[in-house]
Amino acid sequence: MRALILVGGFGTRLRPLTLSRPKPLVEFCNKALLLHQLEALRQAGVSHVVLAVSYMSEALEAAMREQEQRLGIRISLSHEKEPLGTAGPLALARDLLAEGGEPFFVLNSDVICEFPFAALARFHRQHGGEGSLVVTRVEEPAKYGVVVSEPDTGRICRFVEKPRVFVSNKINAGLYIFSPGILQRIQLRPTSIEKEIFPAMAQDGQLYAMELQGFWMDIGQPKDFLTGMCMYLQALRAQHPEKLHSGPGVVGNVLVDPSAKIGSNCVIGPNVTIGAGVVVEDGVRIKRCTVLEGARIRSHSWLESCIVGWSCSVGQWVRMENVTVLGEDVIVNDELYLNGANVLPHKSIAESVPEPRIIM
Amino acid sequence: LKAVILIGGPQKGTRFRPLSFEVPKPLFPVAGVPMVQHHIEACAKVPGLKEILLMGFYQPHEALSRFLVSAQQEFKIPIRYLQEYAALGTGGGIYHFRDQILSGGAEAFFVLNADVCSEFPLQEMLEFQQRHGDADSFVILGTTANRTQALNYGCIVANTDTQEVQHYVEKPSTFVSEIINCGIYLFTPAIFQHIGEVFQRNQQELVLEESSNGWQRAEVIRLEQDVFTALAGKGKLYVYKTDGFWSQIKSAGSAIYASRLYLNQYSKTHPERLAQNKPGGPIIRGNVYIHPTASIDSSAVLGPNVSIGEGVTVGAGVRLRESIVLHGASLHDHTCVLNTIVGWDSTIGRWARVEGTPSDPNPNDPYAKIDSETLFRDGRLTPSITILGCSVTIPAEVVILNSIVLPHKELSRSYKNQIIL
Repeated sequence: MRALILVGGFGTRLRPLTLSRPKPLVEFCNKALLLHQLEALRQAGVSHVVLAVSYMSEALEAAMREQEQRLGIRISLSHEKEPLGTAGPLALARDLLAEGGEPFFVLNSDVICEFPFAALARFHRQHGGEGSLVVTRVEEPAKYGVVVSEPDTGRICRFVEKPRVFVSNKINAGLYIFSPGILQRIQLRPTSIEKEIFPAMAQDGQLYAMELQGFWMDIGQPKDFLTGMCMYLQALRAQHPEKLHSGPGVVGNVLVDPSAKIGSNCVIGPNVTIGAGVVVEDGVRIKRCTVLEGARIRSHSWLESCIVGWSCSVGQWVRMENVTVLGEDVIVNDELYLNGANVLPHKSIAESVPEPRIIM
Repeated sequence: LKAVILIGGPQKGTRFRPLSFEVPKPLFPVAGVPMVQHHIEACAKVPGLKEILLMGFYQPHEALSRFLVSAQQEFKIPIRYLQEYAALGTGGGIYHFRDQILSGGAEAFFVLNADVCSEFPLQEMLEFQQRHGDADSFVILGTTANRTQALNYGCIVANTDTQEVQHYVEKPSTFVSEIINCGIYLFTPAIFQHIGEVFQRNQQELVLEESSNGWQRAEVIRLEQDVFTALAGKGKLYVYKTDGFWSQIKSAGSAIYASRLYLNQYSKTHPERLAQNKPGGPIIRGNVYIHPTASIDSSAVLGPNVSIGEGVTVGAGVRLRESIVLHGASLHDHTCVLNTIVGWDSTIGRWARVEGTPSDPNPNDPYAKIDSETLFRDGRLTPSITILGCSVTIPAEVVILNSIVLPHKELSRSYKNQIIL
């Protein structure tokens, strides 16, 4: 089977991290985002994945060469010269996708969940329609594309993007499977699958919804990245508790790369991810954070709800909180206080940021 | 030769709250010793100075009495407290007690305001007085301020050759002079004649007004507005200009600045009061005072400009900078305390961050003085030194920024830019 991952654009909402890497290569819980999806697709029998990209495609290409071998999966890049929206890329990759004659998966690159690809494929073959999408229940549906479907068949009656009144609490989770016939509906121009294609398919009775089990998060912005991390770690605790870290000073769900070093008298967790080669010095307290590869947190600092970028150096007695995000290679001097600071790569911070601010 | 130290009373020094709720402001520790002890030490060093009189309108206070007793023992000089029956102003008090001051045949006496921090060049003022004016002339200690800040002080215009004070204005609204009044004077008994004249004038005015508070109001005399202004240009008043350090201590923030100035001076005058780096001891940066009974973990990093009081505990990995920690307080592991006054017996929980904003004078301007800042500006609290009153509890892992916490408060969350009642 085949799959198309909509990697797309600049990942601006996940800046400053995406100024250094393409978003699919940002590590989520110590594994590149894209890898979470590729591994799940591989497991469901997908042998060829197309990445629809428009930005930093060289970096992605290089990373993918490595993964191809490792995963035993073929990876092609479909490069958009101009942004084609969420449906246009399917037209661009038409030949690659239609080749097998089989249904193919399409997914948004920002989505993290317990990927139900095998179940989705079965559901799709059963109803025989043109497309199936995964829906999930959320508390605030107005931020997303909302789906109204028949309870027994799952056939979608209506599809409303970001509704202003309450329509339903089930939203489009960004995971689809389509029969090749859908490609007739899509032209090679900027097209929104949610606003243009799906409503038409729903009207034709060709779109079906399968409800997702387990957690779901769109981790395209730092706040949600951290929330998603908490959900993922909780699921990990249920399914593979041996992968989580334990020991003195570890509280709750904590994921630590084996090459990371943690000093004495630290209290780490709950909900912390520590990447490869990270050094956490003595007396550090970290809660609800992601610390990316190669970063160093110096002694006696206190971090809550932060993302520390690759190779950053956080000084001694630093306090960081409230979704502070440090881009790659940021240096934070000793004894500073960062509250909601969004710091661009290669910056040196010498003054406290007491109120949320972007530091360029 | 005597010295009078004006220590004010409870209605004065409200800018020093909440710290002044616990202890009279003159006894607040600056660089490890009570504010007024620096004055006493300087006076005790002047040869021939026979007695020190503390003058104010505080009620008899246990802390004050104890301090007087121990100071007398330590400095081997008689020290007495003269209590004014009401706030009589900077001139009214000394006038009221003139007989006590002059008893024993004093030919001259210093008057020092307690709420200043200074090098106290008293000996130099004595020698200056011999060389200028006549045997009865008076000396004001002056220093240089910048043009804008001078307006907050008493301004002195002096003859550049004779140093005679030609004009004196207290807190003018337009620029008069950069030379300001340090609140430290050298008087001869003749001063009482001039104060007496002011008193007479006050009485006459009151008779005309037929006010009922007659005596009290007549006796309220301010040296600066009432006496110096009148004496200027009459060949009696001289100014001795000093370049030594000087600062007012009006607010809690200025206590930290004054601490820094005195700690700096300790390297010359009291090197034994400065902590040194020792194996097994905490890391000391710059000037730090640690009371011998304090208990400090060896991994703590202290300074510059830190004063630690009696019985204080400082835990592992604590960072303490530009702060005063009053006695009995306890800083738990990994805390970060910057630009803060930690009140008596307060506790700061693990990993908490307690931080204030310094109001230091511009370091690039040698004549800049510390701002006597207003508490609020444009309806918002001005960022200032964080003050924890006595017995305040700060829980673990919170941040307290630019806030003032009143005594006996137990906080349960972070606070920023607030007064917590």
